[in-house]
Amino acid sequence: MDTARANRRLVIRLLGGSVLMFGFGFALVPLYDVFCEVTGLNGKITRTGAIETVEADTSRQVRVRLIGINNEGMPWEFSPQQSLLTVNPGEMKQTAFQAYNPTGRSMVAQAIPSVSPGVAAQYLHKVNCFCFNAQPLQAGARADMPLLFVIDKELPPEIHSITLSYTLFDITEAQAADNGSAEPDGGSPI
Amino acid sequence: MGMIRIIPLSCALILLSASAQAEWTLNLTPGVTEVSRSVYDLHMTIFWICVAIGCVVFGVMFWSIFHHRKSRGAKAHHFHEHTAVEVMWTLIPLGILVAMAVPATATLVDMYDPRDAKLDVQVTGYQWKWRYQYLDQELDFFSNLTTPREQISNTENKGEHYLLEVDRHLVLPTDTKIRFLLTANDVIHSWWVPALAVKKDAIPGFINEAWTQIDEPGLYRGQCAELCGKDHGFMPIVVEAVPPDQFEQWVAGMKAEKQAQQQASERTWTLDELMAQGEQVYLSSCAACHQANGAGLPPAFPALKGSAIAVGDVQAHIDIVLHGKPGTAMQAFAEQLSPAELAAVITYERNAWGNSTGEAVSPAQVSRVLAGEGAAEEGM
Amino acid sequence: MSTLDTATDDIGHDHHGPASGIGRWLFTTNHKDIGSLYLWFSLLMFLTGGVMALMIRAELFQPGLQLVEPGFFNQMTTMHGLIMVFGAVMPAFVGLANWMIPMMIGAPDMALPRMNNWSFWILPFAFAILISTLLMEGGAPNFGWTFYAPLSTTYAPPSVTYFIFAIHIMGMSSIMGAINIIATILNMRAPGMTMMKLPMFVWSWLITAFLLIAVMPVLAGVVTMMLMDIHFGTSFFNAAGGGDPVLFQHVFWFFGHPEVYIMILPAFGIISHIIPTFSRKRLFGYASMVYAMASIAILSFLVWAHHMFTVGLPLVGELFFMFATMLIAVPTGVKVFNWVTTMFRGSLTFETPMLFAIAFVVLFTIGGFSGLMLAIAPVDFQYHDTYFVVAHFHYVLVPGAIFAIMAGVYYWLPKWTGHQLNERMGRLHFWLSFIGVNITFFPMHFIGLAGMPRRIPDYALQFADFNMVASIGAFIFGFSQLLFVWNVIQTVRHGEKAQARAWEGAEGLEWEVASPAPYHTFATPPRVD
Repeated sequence: MDTARANRRLVIRLLGGSVLMFGFGFALVPLYDVFCEVTGLNGKITRTGAIETVEADTSRQVRVRLIGINNEGMPWEFSPQQSLLTVNPGEMKQTAFQAYNPTGRSMVAQAIPSVSPGVAAQYLHKVNCFCFNAQPLQAGARADMPLLFVIDKELPPEIHSITLSYTLFDITEAQAADNGSAEPDGGSPI
Repeated sequence: MGMIRIIPLSCALILLSASAQAEWTLNLTPGVTEVSRSVYDLHMTIFWICVAIGCVVFGVMFWSIFHHRKSRGAKAHHFHEHTAVEVMWTLIPLGILVAMAVPATATLVDMYDPRDAKLDVQVTGYQWKWRYQYLDQELDFFSNLTTPREQISNTENKGEHYLLEVDRHLVLPTDTKIRFLLTANDVIHSWWVPALAVKKDAIPGFINEAWTQIDEPGLYRGQCAELCGKDHGFMPIVVEAVPPDQFEQWVAGMKAEKQAQQQASERTWTLDELMAQGEQVYLSSCAACHQANGAGLPPAFPALKGSAIAVGDVQAHIDIVLHGKPGTAMQAFAEQLSPAELAAVITYERNAWGNSTGEAVSPAQVSRVLAGEGAAEEGM
Repeated sequence: MSTLDTATDDIGHDHHGPASGIGRWLFTTNHKDIGSLYLWFSLLMFLTGGVMALMIRAELFQPGLQLVEPGFFNQMTTMHGLIMVFGAVMPAFVGLANWMIPMMIGAPDMALPRMNNWSFWILPFAFAILISTLLMEGGAPNFGWTFYAPLSTTYAPPSVTYFIFAIHIMGMSSIMGAINIIATILNMRAPGMTMMKLPMFVWSWLITAFLLIAVMPVLAGVVTMMLMDIHFGTSFFNAAGGGDPVLFQHVFWFFGHPEVYIMILPAFGIISHIIPTFSRKRLFGYASMVYAMASIAILSFLVWAHHMFTVGLPLVGELFFMFATMLIAVPTGVKVFNWVTTMFRGSLTFETPMLFAIAFVVLFTIGGFSGLMLAIAPVDFQYHDTYFVVAHFHYVLVPGAIFAIMAGVYYWLPKWTGHQLNERMGRLHFWLSFIGVNITFFPMHFIGLAGMPRRIPDYALQFADFNMVASIGAFIFGFSQLLFVWNVIQTVRHGEKAQARAWEGAEGLEWEVASPAPYHTFATPPRVD
């Protein structure tokens, strides 16, 4: 019958539509990263790796505030060498965070960066950062974790000050479970 | 059923009470900053626009209800369309919305301009307390609820600032642009002080910012606004705004106190001293989960009374209090409390509620663990 | 593909009445039976969620902790929200759709009767699972009905897995229901029933069903991501692995905002039937009503982040979502103006359904006003997550969605049962509900503005008076619903014989068939001119 066929066709389309929307829910994850990059939402840093050296813009100074944060259950001492830097846009700046594992066991940490204001994130170019990799530390050991970054000269003029925070998460157990295999999926590797 | 007549009435009440009573209010606070006042003005403007629209719409409706009722012999007319009218009542609201959007945009742009802040304060949300770090002054402390458990459980009369009082205020200078950098240690919290019109989520792993410039000295109270677990309702915020010179004195005082604490951890404490101090620390930092009687709220929050940790190996006990237990609600207290406080509370846990180890843990012992010496080799 | 066998196959050999015994209800493919099942189930859930609401209000009657622990309080707020949204409001609308849509468009049954049976019968299992979490170790979900990560992932009680399964089943039920409704409306209309002649309730449901198909899978996606984060080591929302807790909120509200319109559009449809009936006048602006609903539905996909103004969106984001949200006031306004104009110069009477409909227009509009205030981002920083928000969404959901459902039940009850309802009892129920609802939720505006955050089990002393008032109102409202239950049961059992056209001014195909509606209606499609 006609109605029966029409119904069948419609049901298949609508089911297809809902499967598509289920997929769309997951597609929101990478879309969100693109969205973040475009709008500077959430201060995700996407620009990393080597960069051509350019001449620094000495006419302008930007205050860069560095913050080290421990997430829950992370007993390390973790703080920036210098809490406040003054940087010229275009200038390559080297600094470091100091970490110390006071516990009696060796642990692995992952540092997660975040920038405020969010729009500044796309102008902060990290050439090298300890946050690219998981950071193991033996019981009672100390480490200097290096950070090399450049602020883009295109930084909008109304931004005078940028905050760059690193939150340290204890991933010892996750690493042991993964046995150092693949990056956990779901989010972009930082 | 004239809800609409209640609105102007309640408005009159709002205006009256705003002047008559400081605490008991019906309306948004105008606050003590330029931003909070413009937020308040915006709120009132939009409120009155809504009241006006409501009067017109409900006016027509009630007029129909009274005059076009069948019992009065009303005969139904037959119109059911009128393009001009329909276009009109699409365009007029649109115009009103544009008129609202202009001041709203101006206020919002202002709120997003943290330029030239003179003081940076990092605010970190914890389950269930706030931590404040003055980044250039190198001050760092936690702010805990001080309302006694007896008041919450109704065995004692409630104080004036019930649930809105903390042990350490966030002291801020007036007439100074202050930038808050917000983050969280565990789940999402939201830092809100109505008088400053600042509400911003504190998100673990991320940094957010907000700013304020307080005009008047005073105490301004707020609360966590984002559901963050069991004691979401018990992590208030108290901002104490003082003139800039007093702020400088306060900073100096805090630094001196820090030194005194250091000395306290170097001297020798008796068991009684430790127990007395330990009880205080326990009630403000531990009792929310492990309960004042040490019975806990199993399974999430285990009992300490008779527990293997509290009557067992002292090193393991120190380790768990200092560094927390990953994957559970047990936090690391190494940063939250001074060595003397840590020693006191551990001693208290080992000797209260029938836990009778008789052991006193000295501040020096704790300091050694903090310095990394004597870290328990066997781990957890 | 047996579920795809359609109603039209049954015509000609299925002209008997209902089967007897429990089997009738378990295996029924009759749209009227399934409609009744949905409605009874929804009533049961409404009462269950209501008991939880009363526990919340009882605890909040006075400052201090009296009755429940904060942890249990959070379980109550969470379960109350979930049960009311997914168990009371949504199934009630689906039940009304099942009963009325085939009769309104002159179809013999829903397009896919066997799938219809399935979409109902998986629901009780979903809620059995959800409610059983209350007895599990660690307790029921306690992270709010919005279940923000990481509170609902890393920090959740073990019962979160059962919660996820329950949500999955509810989602499947809704999607199947929505597909069925779309197929019925698009393919089963009587000859001559063109789209622009569709009764407004049918239009509202067609739009709602498309919203459901668009967003319920996204909800399924977000809980699946949670499941994977909790059990399979992924990091969608876990910052430690490169995920983002704010992403959760974006995905959730991408579902969540259309969801709130799913809960109000069918209400618009119901009200658009009742007001013309008791005004004895055609609905004003039929076409603009349809366009208004369609624009509300489309806009609902562009405003989700107004639930997240305080998470730290960039300025442009805040502005975009503020403007888009304000824009929704325009089509919503058009609907309210149309209802008022329908009443204008009508010939009004005020039977119970009309009383509820008028209360709907007034109180929903008040909820709309507070919604407009909440849309203004800079002021929302003060309102966000306070009782002002609680007042707002209860104004649009209780005297909004719930009043519309009750109005619909009273309106169509004579058609379903063949009995006129007890009008005096109905009016008493209305006035007690109306007074109760306002006493409960109006003071919440004040305590919200004065600074009381939502979802707290205990509060500072300056909020005490209005909390007490709100609690008293909640008990008045809650217990007056027993009158509703009693009235419905009495009407089902006996009462004055209802005419086919049970209300004087009622128009539409459903009033052409006898009251009670025969077990099979429109086996031969009517002609609509």
